[in-house]
Amino acid sequence: MAPIRVALAQIAPRLGALDDNLERHHALIGEACALEANLAVFPELGLTGYLLQDLNAEVAMRRDDPRLLGLARAAEGMSVIVSFVEESSDHKLFISAALLEAGAVRHVHRKVFLPTYGLFDERRFFAPGSTIRAVSSERLDLRLGISICEDSWHLATPQLLALDGAQVLINVSSSPGRDVAAINELGLGTAESWRSLNRTYAQLTTSYVIFVNRVGVDESITFWGGSEVVAPDGDSVFRAPTHDEGLYVTHIDPARLRRERIASPLLRDERPEVVMRQLDQIIGERLERNARSARRPS
Amino acid sequence: MTAAPAFELPEELAIDTDAARRISAEFIRAQLDQAGFDKVLLGLSGGIDSALVAYLAAEAIGPEHVLAILMPYRTSSPSSRGDAEEVVRRLGCPSELVDISAIVDAYFEDGREGATPLRRGNFMARVRMMVLYDHSVTWGGLVIGTGNKTEALIGYSTLWGDSASAFNPVGDLYKSQIRQLSVAMGVPEAIIDKAPSADLWPGQTDEEEVGFTYAEVDRILFRLVDRRLSLDEVVADGFERELVDRVDRMIAGSEFKRQVPPIAKIGPRTAGIDYLYPRRRPRSARD
Repeated sequence: MAPIRVALAQIAPRLGALDDNLERHHALIGEACALEANLAVFPELGLTGYLLQDLNAEVAMRRDDPRLLGLARAAEGMSVIVSFVEESSDHKLFISAALLEAGAVRHVHRKVFLPTYGLFDERRFFAPGSTIRAVSSERLDLRLGISICEDSWHLATPQLLALDGAQVLINVSSSPGRDVAAINELGLGTAESWRSLNRTYAQLTTSYVIFVNRVGVDESITFWGGSEVVAPDGDSVFRAPTHDEGLYVTHIDPARLRRERIASPLLRDERPEVVMRQLDQIIGERLERNARSARRPS
Repeated sequence: MTAAPAFELPEELAIDTDAARRISAEFIRAQLDQAGFDKVLLGLSGGIDSALVAYLAAEAIGPEHVLAILMPYRTSSPSSRGDAEEVVRRLGCPSELVDISAIVDAYFEDGREGATPLRRGNFMARVRMMVLYDHSVTWGGLVIGTGNKTEALIGYSTLWGDSASAFNPVGDLYKSQIRQLSVAMGVPEAIIDKAPSADLWPGQTDEEEVGFTYAEVDRILFRLVDRRLSLDEVVADGFERELVDRVDRMIAGSEFKRQVPPIAKIGPRTAGIDYLYPRRRPRSARD
């Protein structure tokens, strides 16, 4: 079980400039290959930029788009995760992340939780995905759990991915930096929150967590970067600087994952059937309550 | 460590100045890049807001790309002009002097002598805006805004006057935070320490005119706006009911100054309503 070299592509995509961003992805995939990376991870909507609004349809690609396949072919011996606006056959638009391997699009995760509050307005422009599943990487001989930004703000996401066998949780983000109160780590409220989420999920699922966040600016919003890798025991393996664009190479070690899962067999002791039973009850009761209150005369 | 500042910085308002400085620099560079420019210009009054923006812009893109325009009126305080000149000297940025007295007086001499100080002050602010936008053509740069969060929230600004800009790096910073960041950036102490003034008439200060201190109003605004507390909760936090109510009325009454004018919805697709695009659409998306 040799360590796996991971390249974190902490880039600043150009908003709406698909061709420019494709070019940048090709260049960085080339660099990651040269650095003998086994896995390269790009941030949420790295191919399009984040604050697209009505540009969403103009930069959308089908998952069999030749431009995506071009990236997959360029990746050669590497696994690559890229993120783009996906258009389905029935013309829904999704925020998606694709795992590219062996010259093909191997898996696509569609963002399930679309924040539409505060500074976010995603549900207006995108359809939500409806599956949270891990995927086996033959090349890396690991099972990966891919999620996108806000997906990580819902507990079910890391839990489902881990129960589905993920050993590495990979979250690609466009997280806006905000709340520069002096009391915050790194001077950012957002950064402090993400640090504790990543560490908590790594420990609770005894998995590696790879978090890749973009940098740069879309309109009023500045993205803070700070991509990181956390080990299954919660220790920080690597932290990229905030705001600096770059390709940061670090590694994850399957032997460490094995050690941690034997030392802390939390996953072994999970009781998904209990969770399932309780959820069924909770959902059933909730539906009943809603039906009752709908019948009540107002 | 820097010496204790001469102003009051409420603890809950203290920011990480390194983080704010970095975000501001990234923001300034990105706005220019997106719009296809590499220079900015601003009106430098000698006050703290425009001084800080000059420092931020100089740090982000180099002082040679920042044009400071001094636009005194004949009754403007000479010490303000001296302070502005000191900023220009320290930063080493290009500058220009445009005395607006003749323009302003020509307008008000024409049977409008009875104009209130408020009307005159607003008129001056809008003349300065016109001078800046005219220079933006000759200088080939964008007008960078200098209005802070406190004055935007209470409406203490002139619509289409000092509030007019292409983009604003400090509009989400309260006055107390403007002062904190100014200390961190090395803005001349004389500018940080003096009483803030719109220089509407000789000897005028903002705090005397509105009747409360910036530290006080910042703490109330922070609670009402950022922390989403109710009026009762802010009062329970130790603030005077009368002042809290007044601040709340000022916020509500100036909502129009913080928004683009509403457009009557008539056609199928309307700017700002259901035609929503980033400010500059990339060529690849337009083709």
